[in-house]
Amino acid sequence: MRLSRRRFLKQLAAGAAAGVCTPAFAAGSRVVVVGGGFGGATAAKYIRMWAPDIQVTLVERNREFISCPLSNRVLAGQVELVDLTRGYGTLSSKYSIDVVYDEAVLIDPDKRELTLDGGDVLPYDRLIVSPGVDLLFDEIPGLREPAARERVLHAWRAGQQTMALRRQLESMPDGGVYALTIPKAPFRCPPGPYERACQVAWYFKTQKPKSKVLILDANEKVQSKEALFTKVWKEWYEGIIEYRPNSTLVDVDAKTLTAKLEFEEVKADVLNVVPPQRAAKIAADAGLITANNKWVGVDFLSYESVAKKNIHVLGDAILAAPAMPKSGHMANQHGKVAAAAVIALLRGESPNSSPVINNTCYSFVSDKDVIHVASVHRYDPEKKTMVVAQGASGVSSAPNQLEGTYAESWGKNIWADMLA
Amino acid sequence: MKHHTPTLAGCALLAALAFGHPAAGQEQGARSLAANCTGCHGPSGNSSGAIPTIAGLERAYIVTAMQEFKAGTRQATVMHQHAKGYSDQEIEILAEYFSKQKRQ
Repeated sequence: MRLSRRRFLKQLAAGAAAGVCTPAFAAGSRVVVVGGGFGGATAAKYIRMWAPDIQVTLVERNREFISCPLSNRVLAGQVELVDLTRGYGTLSSKYSIDVVYDEAVLIDPDKRELTLDGGDVLPYDRLIVSPGVDLLFDEIPGLREPAARERVLHAWRAGQQTMALRRQLESMPDGGVYALTIPKAPFRCPPGPYERACQVAWYFKTQKPKSKVLILDANEKVQSKEALFTKVWKEWYEGIIEYRPNSTLVDVDAKTLTAKLEFEEVKADVLNVVPPQRAAKIAADAGLITANNKWVGVDFLSYESVAKKNIHVLGDAILAAPAMPKSGHMANQHGKVAAAAVIALLRGESPNSSPVINNTCYSFVSDKDVIHVASVHRYDPEKKTMVVAQGASGVSSAPNQLEGTYAESWGKNIWADMLA
Repeated sequence: MKHHTPTLAGCALLAALAFGHPAAGQEQGARSLAANCTGCHGPSGNSSGAIPTIAGLERAYIVTAMQEFKAGTRQATVMHQHAKGYSDQEIEILAEYFSKQKRQ
């Protein structure tokens, strides 16, 4: 509590120094951002860039940002995690954002306070929550024990899990089976599992050609870039990748690495389970979840929660508009619309009534070849949601190496857009 | 009763001085729209790697390129899809904005 008081007094002083008229001005207003991923870090930086009179605190549990996009390439040995890692230092030094490395544990929407695990209590005028998803291990009984989750990995957050899955693949003998289970949509990064299958298949094809990739998808079909992925699997990875739709995982036996599906059991040498997901617990605890007991409903003009005032929610945790994927690129775009809206609202103005955002998701299907899906989304005032602009969406005509270079460039640029 | 403490009117005057000039709204609209592009093209349009830097390009060049992407007459991997999402007026605003960004 000692720290929190000091932080509160510091911010109070900053507010007082900014002078009169605080209600109509943004000056001295306090914005707290939970989560330093694609959504939260972007929102924090853009608020400070566009409105240096607003105090911004960013709460993040990890000391470094590790990008989930491009991390499937680690599994094929194409990049190292360090290539995908960036620090938060510039947000402090260049943008004077108060970066607090702690876990946000409780939002009090009435008092407008955020409590951190370390005991700090941060008051806010507006809170931006970009918490990502929780992985619902409780829905898979065999994964409830942490020890089981060290044998059956998810690697759906980049970091230690990614490295551990790479080691499992390296240790697997040639002729082994890597099985990947995919939950029912929506889940974070719709093309991600299918890209992962390609990356592992590329590794097998070049290093362990007798091995197999078995995709067990709870969905009835591939959830992104279907025609392109299907073509690649047939033309490049025939005999390596086998795709089984309508294969819902109900349980696993972590000891024997067995995936228990509704109608059959599949034994693997490396079993990789992407679990079902929902908006992270902090959003649930604050009463922000409004859709299917899983996702946060927001006003797409401001990303303000439809359930709680003064709380804006970004990224994978929201109930997306139609055809809006749960992607890092989308979260980055949410962050900028929310930043502009929060600034406007703190100044007593209305947010932009016609926001436009876009998405580009690149997937590596070999060491160098890439396919994309892209779309532009505009606000529809009648439907009160974002809709894909007429004609403004599509995928690559074929896998190609030029887009491989763009995908690498995309990573560097979007990380800079958030953090540099 | 008369109060001489800061009033809403006083605040409005200050607000007008700070943000209320006519260009401010347009400027905010432009930067919000331009923020669409920087996820791929980098901060202020300065790119690392293969994606082209768009900061500091000639205004007319950006307009022409975007219009050709939109019409499908210019070779593209992804820009023909993005360009169709923006109106002619928005393309003008984006071109103006990025032509004024410093190339780094």
